[in-house]
Amino acid sequence: MMGTMDLSSINPVVLAAALMVAATPILLAAIGELVVEKAGVLNLGVEGMMITGAITGFAFAVSTGNPYLGMLAAVAGGAGLALIFALLTQYLMANQVATGLALTLFGLGFSALLGQGYSGVSPPRTPRMDFGWLGDIPVLGPILFRHDPLVYVSLIIVAGVWWFLRYSRAGRILRAVGENHDAAHALGYRVRAVRVAAIAFGGACGGLGGAYLSLIRVPQWTEGMTAGAGWIALALVVFASWRPWRALLGAYLFGGIVTLQLTLQAAGWRIPVEYLAMAPYLVTIVVLVVISSGRARRTLSAPGSLGRPFHAAG
Amino acid sequence: MLRLERRPQPSRAWVWAAPLLAVVLTMLAGGVLFAALGKDPVAAIRLIFWDPLFSQQFAAFSRPQLLVKAAPLILIAIGLAIGFRAGIWNIGAEGQYIIGALCAAAVAMAFFPSGPTDVRFLGLEFTMDSAPSRWWLFPLMVAAGAAGGFAWAMIPAILKTRFNTNEILVSLLLVYVAEKLLAAAAVGWLRSPEGAGFPGSRNLSRFPEAANLELIPNTGMHWGVVAAIIAVIFGYILLHRHMLGFHVQLAGQAPRAARFAGVAPARLVIFCLGLSGLMAGLAGMFEVAGPARMISIDFNVGYGFVAIIVAFLGRLHPVGILLAGFLMALTYIGGELAQFTLGLPSAAIQVFQGMLLFFLLALDMLSNYRIRLTSREVTP
Amino acid sequence: MNRRQLLAGTALALSLSTGLGGVALADDPLRVGFVYIGPVGDQGWTFIHDQARQEAEAHFEGRIETSFVESVPYGADAERVMTQMALSGTDMIFATTFGYGPDVNAVAARFPGVAFEHATGYLQEEPNVSLYNARFYEGRAVIGHIAGRMTESNTIGYIASFPIPEVVMGINSAFLHARAANPDVQFRVVWVYSWFDPAQEAAAAEALIEQGADVIMQHTDSTGAIRIAQERDVLAFGQAADMSAAAPDVHLTAIINQWAPYYIERIQARLDGEWEARNTWYGIGEGMVGMAPLHERIPEDVRAEAEQMIADIAAGDYHPFTGPINRQDGTPWLAEGEVAADGDLLGMGFYVEGMTGEIPN
Repeated sequence: MMGTMDLSSINPVVLAAALMVAATPILLAAIGELVVEKAGVLNLGVEGMMITGAITGFAFAVSTGNPYLGMLAAVAGGAGLALIFALLTQYLMANQVATGLALTLFGLGFSALLGQGYSGVSPPRTPRMDFGWLGDIPVLGPILFRHDPLVYVSLIIVAGVWWFLRYSRAGRILRAVGENHDAAHALGYRVRAVRVAAIAFGGACGGLGGAYLSLIRVPQWTEGMTAGAGWIALALVVFASWRPWRALLGAYLFGGIVTLQLTLQAAGWRIPVEYLAMAPYLVTIVVLVVISSGRARRTLSAPGSLGRPFHAAG
Repeated sequence: MLRLERRPQPSRAWVWAAPLLAVVLTMLAGGVLFAALGKDPVAAIRLIFWDPLFSQQFAAFSRPQLLVKAAPLILIAIGLAIGFRAGIWNIGAEGQYIIGALCAAAVAMAFFPSGPTDVRFLGLEFTMDSAPSRWWLFPLMVAAGAAGGFAWAMIPAILKTRFNTNEILVSLLLVYVAEKLLAAAAVGWLRSPEGAGFPGSRNLSRFPEAANLELIPNTGMHWGVVAAIIAVIFGYILLHRHMLGFHVQLAGQAPRAARFAGVAPARLVIFCLGLSGLMAGLAGMFEVAGPARMISIDFNVGYGFVAIIVAFLGRLHPVGILLAGFLMALTYIGGELAQFTLGLPSAAIQVFQGMLLFFLLALDMLSNYRIRLTSREVTP
Repeated sequence: MNRRQLLAGTALALSLSTGLGGVALADDPLRVGFVYIGPVGDQGWTFIHDQARQEAEAHFEGRIETSFVESVPYGADAERVMTQMALSGTDMIFATTFGYGPDVNAVAARFPGVAFEHATGYLQEEPNVSLYNARFYEGRAVIGHIAGRMTESNTIGYIASFPIPEVVMGINSAFLHARAANPDVQFRVVWVYSWFDPAQEAAAAEALIEQGADVIMQHTDSTGAIRIAQERDVLAFGQAADMSAAAPDVHLTAIINQWAPYYIERIQARLDGEWEARNTWYGIGEGMVGMAPLHERIPEDVRAEAEQMIADIAAGDYHPFTGPINRQDGTPWLAEGEVAADGDLLGMGFYVEGMTGEIPN
């Protein structure tokens, strides 16, 4: 069947622009979780924080009529939920895996309760950015300069996280805390404070990713509308081997696979959708194997204390 | 200034008091929530915690149902807890549960292609008419379910021992893969020929030799419940009365010491992941042949993830897991009662469950730590 | 066995032995329970069933009392919820998704005194289980016709959920009528393998528009796709409910699931003691399938044709699957003037002639 269809109907420029949009919510959530994991904490509650951000952002945007205030509310909502996780895991020494799962359960229910009056409501429009003549450049214009603001915000956050982790003193401390919390503690760093800040940042990014869905991508509020995006973001962090630019690459690859398979179908190709859907996860496992084994192991950036509890014995 | 100080020994009193306190706090917080939603808080709490156990109307039915709901949670959680104690983190039990169910259903369906005629399975031909009873089918399905879960868990195990990949992440990723396989099976190769094209396999409960039916009527007892009870006993003996359990604990608490004691880390990884995968696969098998009856697109309802919470609520102790499994099951069943009796939204029940978990996890700290009031923070 | 258990046992036995006739006492309101697969806030399938529940409750003004449990998975959970409903004295239970089939029949066997109504399923093994479904393909014929007449690119995009007969039937119905209106029409089908994933449905709509589709149809529940259509000024049709609020400029019409009349009819029968199991497949004529108001963008002549088709279907003068119709491979399916048997439609696993592409699996 494949041979009978031609590829000429698929426009790579449109595909590239579409994949950026499809990737943005998971990219936002993933870059936040990346910082959390770099600090040595595994928060499996990403889905819960995303959906909470989706509704707090939506509700605020609707009631104020301003989508940007909504996005700020989403940041606050996601971070607020994350602070419950921080309190439990950092101060009350609860297990991170169990707490993260409970956070997702709680977030899904909590968002549904908050959203009860918002079904079927239209949020205020978020205008696309206008870069003037830049948007008219052939090829690059439509790909790079005609998006909504959050697409650029997500890129700025990725760049910022990269710079922060690599060049800032605070970033080095955060990595040290994630690598070996006992050593970091011995050096006088405040392990717990660093981790709480990282967790809150992760929640804020997850919330913003959720708001991208409810305010821009779909835009509407429905229960459970994140439909598993938070879990994909978790996989993405691993795929990225905890590096910001690779997270960007991974998110765009994932968005690309989703967009491409839909486009191929729309172009009349017969593709095994149900099996193709597994591909991103299998590829991620392969990447994980490659970065974990052999020579690559030495340059691996997996945080040494990931998921381990810390208690200053002092 | 409040400070936490690790207790040399877990406090016996708090081990029991903390969960009770957590339940009480959840009732208070939940009551506020229900009242805020305009529902009678006392009635709601009673419906959730009391009525499934003691109401005249429901208890005769819902008490056995507690067994049905709790059994897969307990079975999976025991397997997970053994690994967690050794510091081996299988969080992909949901995937192993799915694969176990798929394997068991595939075996059963291989022997029921279109009625009692010739069967082709693994390239061999069987003539079914002559077989008076296929008593061996159910044990074969049990074996297939266990093998399926085991094999699915071997992927993260082998990748960990061979390439040092993180088993948390691989086992989690494989859940997604298993879910896609499940959907493909339900609309594809396992789809029932009599199902009018609807997704989903044949109804296994219609094949007595393949069905996991109630062993004693109206008790909820099926083979999965029996397996869960055996698992609790097995888990207890293994962890508390057996050398292997000692090694598991040692590996979790002091990996270096464990190596000196002769524990091979790779073998422990294989053992722990394999065992937990096997038990999750078994749970999937008993579920598909019993309460769930068939493979459907949404066959998995999150038991594999809830079991992780159950394992921690039970403090990774078999008896604790038994109790935690029943507590979770109670909130599900009571939550449904509260929904249709009081008109509470299911989201409120989810929030309530979330709060219960938060309180339980938070107060757990009291058994291992002492809260000290200090006038000023002492520099370490 | 203590006294309490004994009492509970008797209660169970009593409820088991009560026949259909003697449940509702004159003064007690009839108790009607609903079991939903999704949350009532899903803005789609479950939301619409719950609207119908509220309508029915309002209609009977205190003579019935309804309750519901949402987000109930198939299997053990559904069976338990329905059993608890029955134990609590519910007289009639609506189970609103096809996946509940085995569960409904299992509970019905234990509670012969409770009337069960099972939506869109096919399993009817007990005398107290009714089946009901809507002939959505009638509505799809209408939107197919409108789409065929209004497309300029001759490419119509179709967002499909799972490859099951209900969905295939809808594609075929829409395609046949689009083709009849415009012989150059092509359908592009995208399978998203989900009933509800707003982001994915939006992406599918974009992909279809990129491939030249200037009309979008959907057999998924969210408004994700139609919002994209609004933004790109591409024509679209609502699914299950009037979605014009989400896309005021491009929402030509919608196929509306209207369960309330059926619920009221059946509850009335139960109140009158005349309820008996049936297998209902209602369409436009009986009011189970409705069409949202036609948008002003639809030209006069097309509007008249669509309204005529609706009237003909409603009157039973026209069946959307009337021969001659061949299968995709060219083999004959329906001869000239022959009308498709319901059984054929309910198990439909093939495309009709002229459709390109393959059904997955």
